[in-house]
Amino acid sequence: MTIQQTLNSFRTGPDETGHFGNFGGRFVAETLMPLILDLEKAYTEAKADPAFHAELASFHTHYVGRPSPLYFAERLTEHVGGAKIYLKRDELNHTGAHKINNVLGQILLARRMGKTRIIAETGAGQHGVATATACARFGLKCIVYMGAVDVERQKPNVFRMRMLGAEIVPVVSGSKTLKDAMNEALRDWVSNVEDTFYCIGTSAGPHPYPMMVRDFQSIIGKEAREQMLEREGRLPDSLVACIGGGSNAIGLFHPFLDDPSVAIYGVEAAGHGVASGAHAASLNGGRPGVLHGNRTYLLMDADGQIAEAHSISAGLDYPGIGPEHAWLHDTGRVTYLSTTDSEALEAFQLLSKLEGIIPALEPAHAIARAVEIAASKPKDHLMIVNLCGRGDKDIFSVAEHLGGME
Amino acid sequence: MTTRIDTRFAALKSEGRAALVTFVMAGDPDHATALDVIKALPAAGADLIEIGMPFTDPMADGPAIQAAGLRALAGGETLHSTIDIVRSFRKGDSETPIILMGYFNPIYIYGVEVFLKDAKEAGVDGLIVVDCPPEEDDELCKPALKAGLNFIRLATPTTDEKRLPKVLSNTSGFVYYVSIAGITGAATPDFGKVATAVARIKMHTDLPVAVGFGVKTAADASAIAKGADGVVVGSALVEAVRKSLDADGKATAQTVSAVTALVSEIAAGVRAVKK
Ligand SMILES: Cc1ncc(COP(=O)(O)O)c(C=O)c1O
Repeated sequence: MTIQQTLNSFRTGPDETGHFGNFGGRFVAETLMPLILDLEKAYTEAKADPAFHAELASFHTHYVGRPSPLYFAERLTEHVGGAKIYLKRDELNHTGAHKINNVLGQILLARRMGKTRIIAETGAGQHGVATATACARFGLKCIVYMGAVDVERQKPNVFRMRMLGAEIVPVVSGSKTLKDAMNEALRDWVSNVEDTFYCIGTSAGPHPYPMMVRDFQSIIGKEAREQMLEREGRLPDSLVACIGGGSNAIGLFHPFLDDPSVAIYGVEAAGHGVASGAHAASLNGGRPGVLHGNRTYLLMDADGQIAEAHSISAGLDYPGIGPEHAWLHDTGRVTYLSTTDSEALEAFQLLSKLEGIIPALEPAHAIARAVEIAASKPKDHLMIVNLCGRGDKDIFSVAEHLGGME
Repeated sequence: MTTRIDTRFAALKSEGRAALVTFVMAGDPDHATALDVIKALPAAGADLIEIGMPFTDPMADGPAIQAAGLRALAGGETLHSTIDIVRSFRKGDSETPIILMGYFNPIYIYGVEVFLKDAKEAGVDGLIVVDCPPEEDDELCKPALKAGLNFIRLATPTTDEKRLPKVLSNTSGFVYYVSIAGITGAATPDFGKVATAVARIKMHTDLPVAVGFGVKTAADASAIAKGADGVVVGSALVEAVRKSLDADGKATAQTVSAVTALVSEIAAGVRAVKK
């Protein structure tokens, strides 16, 4: 905890070379280097331009439906008998998840840069759907890379993307999941440098992506902060969010990082259990390495070969994590826990039955730990859980796990 | 410091021809066969040898080299055993330059300092690490130079005039010009454009410039050799390995000769161009 004591702020990263402490950076092939420098320049300019923010804000209000409500989950709170649990309802956004917050920011930026062809990787398909949606809205060509395994387990989203006019490329290389989709998207970008914008779906990848995606997702935390102050007259005592690459989590956390009274919990996917080896918990079960353009915690073998992640949730099934989380973990500012597949399935049902809200399997991981933490807290403890996606896309695969729909 | 790479390029320059740089994947399809292939390369006409360090997530490689890496990993190849290949090769050949090519993570996990020491002792001359651009030079490039290894940088069609000096700083051995904005094994480049790009790089450096990505035939090699100091061929050789395998993906009696036959053919293409 010595680092924490010497830091004035947790909100100033990354440095100008894209590092959060020892994490992050720009580990990409030379072909891409000029492109990410270009992107960084364009983003820095956009960030300083009120017109960019005004355009984004207008789309948030009229297209996405922001602000998303901060909802007091009364029956869940009663059931748990501890902390007062609020849900930040980003699952009500257009397209059903937080992913659209980031996508709109990046697509508006792509337009400013004159790019006409958008590529994206997707796991659960939520980022793919959000990207396909924004591309349809702005008349841009959209190509989505998706692991062949995920194409199979997230069929409703594959169909939605096609409806929206996107081309889906099933990725059959490597382990055929999210990490391979990201490799394939990077290969596409290397091959189409003139007209293509790579819209990354989480707070990972080379600098400036982790910073940029975080900035676009921070709308979640900014709203939640204001809403809580308005509702309860004070800041929350704790925050809980699930972590795939970490974008919904960093979006909620970032505006609160310098409020020491706010305890912050990130929840990784423990799959069959961290001890089983079949999981996606890079912080709890991995170690630092370099992949997809940045240094962060990764799942890998003794030789530095990247391991396959496992999670019931396709959106959390990634063997890495955004570099800012790696840093927040090492500094001790955020506590990272994990939830197994079966715990997530239970939480999925619990929230559905008690609140009439079917969560995506991803935030069900957060709900599982939130319920446990809340139980140990007094009734005046205020907790916010990021309900970052809805479960429509998951009902068929959940039904399979629970033994049918009869 | 003069390395085997410097010596070899200087010798070929006085011979009046370009170098043939051959890439094969360590451990593809198994450790012993890959070693046999590598040992046979110089006699077949290879002037420099690049040995791929297999990695699960080779983001700049096309399907052929991706598959070769996965075959090698399935066969149990590790970075330690790849260094063993170089050690064994050096017992019979003290002159042909060896360059290890791959991605940073396996090296980072091996431990940069230990890796550089082991590689140097085994007889490695240079490194090409795709995901270590000049912006990350403190990680591997500078320690490698300090350890007496060449650090060979990739210059690409997206490396403009302004950036070129940055790419060329801390580079040694030779400059690897990537002939297309794309992944390995992709389309054949436009030879006219490549010649212009090589000439542009040569205005900024005295280092030899080798050109790779997309070279498949002796004719391609001749076309590149006219303007460049070296021609790199990789995916075509890796494909020759794949095509020689049996139905279970195991090496056959043809595996080594399939590679050497193609190397000889391409070497003839390189040597046909007098400079
Ligand atoms: C609903 C939902 N939540 C969370 C995630 C995980 O991503 P992140 O950690 O970037 O929020 C995904 C990814 O697909 C998702 O669809």
